Amino acid sequence: MSHSIEEINKHVRVYIGVFVTLAFLTVVTVGVSYLHLPVVPAIILALFIASIKATLVALYFMHLITEKKLIWTVLWVTVVCSIGLFLLPVLTTMGSSRSQF
Amino acid sequence: MSAEIKYIDEPHPVSGLTNSKLGIWLFIASEIMLFGGLFSSYILLRVGSAEWPRGASVLNVPLATFNTIVLITSSVTMVMAWASLMKNQFNKYRFFMAMTILLALVFLVVKGFEYHAKFEHEHYPSTSVFYALYFTLTGLHGIHILGGVVVNSYFLFPGTKLWKTNPKQFAGRVECAGLYWHFVDLVWIFLFPVLYLL
Repeated sequence: MSHSIEEINKHVRVYIGVFVTLAFLTVVTVGVSYLHLPVVPAIILALFIASIKATLVALYFMHLITEKKLIWTVLWVTVVCSIGLFLLPVLTTMGSSRSQF
Repeated sequence: MSAEIKYIDEPHPVSGLTNSKLGIWLFIASEIMLFGGLFSSYILLRVGSAEWPRGASVLNVPLATFNTIVLITSSVTMVMAWASLMKNQFNKYRFFMAMTILLALVFLVVKGFEYHAKFEHEHYPSTSVFYALYFTLTGLHGIHILGGVVVNSYFLFPGTKLWKTNPKQFAGRVECAGLYWHFVDLVWIFLFPVLYLL
């Protein structure tokens, strides 16, 4: 196996740190929801915290931080296609509203 | 006649990755598109609806928060299972893998209670657009959890035979199962605020 014991022990300490951060951010997400913020700031804040949590999981638990360029390329292509999917409803609405005039 | 599958425990000279790892990442990419499509539908339907219930007013937030912590913990136990294999500590691996499966089952049981409460109050996917999305997204996620339980159970029981003959390949398989499991956790990280809190 390519990883030394010391290296793995270091990883384990990072995993525990990430776990504590994720648990803390979960509590923050729930706490913020009780502030009853207006819809738009509430969505932005909740998705911002969720994105931090997702980044931590992807970088450390899924080892993306040390992953090969090919995996990053695959993921970037996927992310671009996903953004296209998210924008599709907006673009479709724009098209339909234009057709009304 | 049997065909040997190459580069499953050694990196491919071109990609620098084992074919197993490249395969699981491509699968995860397709899963991102699947859930991305559903999230896109959620945005379209929510924006187009005249009324939309606040998740916290119709769903059980404390139970979902508990489930979020359960799933995050299972992600840690999964990565600890892999780390134990890398340290040649097979008994620790079995413990962490068993914990991962147990936590996944806890998640499913809690989700079962949630569904039961909804059905008791006659809230079905046909009740409203909100419930249609709630049951579709959480149901599909639940199926992914179940799939993870099946795969992880295989690696806890019959699949462990490989550890004796080819430990490197076995650790690689567990790493791939882990990548899938963390992805399932990652999806829930977005589902939880979107459905329950907003």
